[in-house]
Amino acid sequence: MIGVIDYRAGNAPSVSYALAHLDLEHRLVAGPAELRTADRLVLPGVGAAKATLDSLFEADLVDALHERVLSDRVPFLGICIGLQILFEHSEEGDVDGLGWIPGVVRRFPDSVRVPQIGWNTVEPTRAHPVTDGLVAPAHCYFVNSYHCDPADPDDVLAVTDYGSPFCSVAGRANIVATQFHAEKSGPLGLGLLERFAGWEPRC
Amino acid sequence: MLTKRLIACFDVIAGRVTKAQQFQDNIDVAPAEELAARLYADQIDEIVFYDITASAERRKIDLETVRRVAGHVFVPFTVGGGIRSLDDMFEVLKAGAEKISVDSMAVRDPTIIRAGAEAFGRQCIVLSTQVKQVGRRAGIPSGYEVFIDGARQATGLDALEWVRRGESLGAGEVVVNSIDRDGAASGYDLDVTRAVADAVNIPVIASGGAGTVDDIAAGLTDGGAQAAIISSILYSPRLANVGVAELKAGLAARGVETRPFLDETGAEAGGAR
Repeated sequence: MIGVIDYRAGNAPSVSYALAHLDLEHRLVAGPAELRTADRLVLPGVGAAKATLDSLFEADLVDALHERVLSDRVPFLGICIGLQILFEHSEEGDVDGLGWIPGVVRRFPDSVRVPQIGWNTVEPTRAHPVTDGLVAPAHCYFVNSYHCDPADPDDVLAVTDYGSPFCSVAGRANIVATQFHAEKSGPLGLGLLERFAGWEPRC
Repeated sequence: MLTKRLIACFDVIAGRVTKAQQFQDNIDVAPAEELAARLYADQIDEIVFYDITASAERRKIDLETVRRVAGHVFVPFTVGGGIRSLDDMFEVLKAGAEKISVDSMAVRDPTIIRAGAEAFGRQCIVLSTQVKQVGRRAGIPSGYEVFIDGARQATGLDALEWVRRGESLGAGEVVVNSIDRDGAASGYDLDVTRAVADAVNIPVIASGGAGTVDDIAAGLTDGGAQAAIISSILYSPRLANVGVAELKAGLAARGVETRPFLDETGAEAGGAR
């Protein structure tokens, strides 16, 4: 069962609608006990980094997340802000993230329109079971003012160009995260969610 | 490369999409849920849903219809109409939207823009504006004035000053809706669209008046917009309709790149597969 983490600032219902459309067993999880019953987890998001982290802490979800993802190693998918808070630090609100992936989150420069909103091309930089369906040029839907900058190039799974290239899919071990909204990227995004549902990470 | 977007706009009354001209004389088109499913299958890039009578009737948005539409739409979905508080925004997001459009309520209480951006991120807040050409005069240096409540109420606000203020308060996108062109199928008001695109650094959406693929292309090039709202051309009973695939092919022929149309195998047309 896929647990879709439902916190105040999130858009868990959008992900839930997409998983329902794919006939994938899932449940919205809003508390630590529920979260522990899921054997894979999706952390969706539309919000700001600080608001997201605050609501995860308020709902007492952070310890359970650490336990399930880092110790029990259940497959984890972060989406949009659910990617950005996995890093050590974000320039948005100058907050520390969960630190699961080394690196930082930076704002796009003012030389481009911020936020980036729209369909942009995602180019996988290495093979990964979850991003397999994204054959360049694969257009996915982005809504972001900030982007991640992983410290270890091995954690970059795909890149996208907005003024300059940035990491649009990051991952390591049982963690994968997309900057684009997989649940809102039409058939290509739904395909990614389906692949995540069948993913058995080797770690 | 970031592509331009085609956004289908739904003016919803009691769960049904309607089509107006200059914000009046709405005629019935189809149930919102049904039209949303059809346009998603046709590969529209995005859908905007306005509960167009909520604000004037001072009531809450029709969340039940929002939920039913959201269940069929796996592309971005923006919802607006009658949003006046952070709780209203929260409810709309929980109903399955990921962007919130504010319009008349933001004019009455601009702090709602900032509150929304702080709570949900600025990319979540779309500032929709209804603008009308009134001629340059004191207080309206651009010659375009902002109207609210279904274009019925003048505000005395200059369109360019208002969008700049909206951006500084935290809006992540701005829709330029020309009252003069609404439903007229005579093309977007390119002058005000371009003026707004030059005034702000957030994405700009042209709205009101697209009747042909040439009109859409003009909004996305000469108008300087990043996205185009269309409705009449897709489904108005008042004129010949054109499908999304044909519109995208027409835009490509005019040098405007959008998300490529996916073929039956799910591959992007012109892609490597």
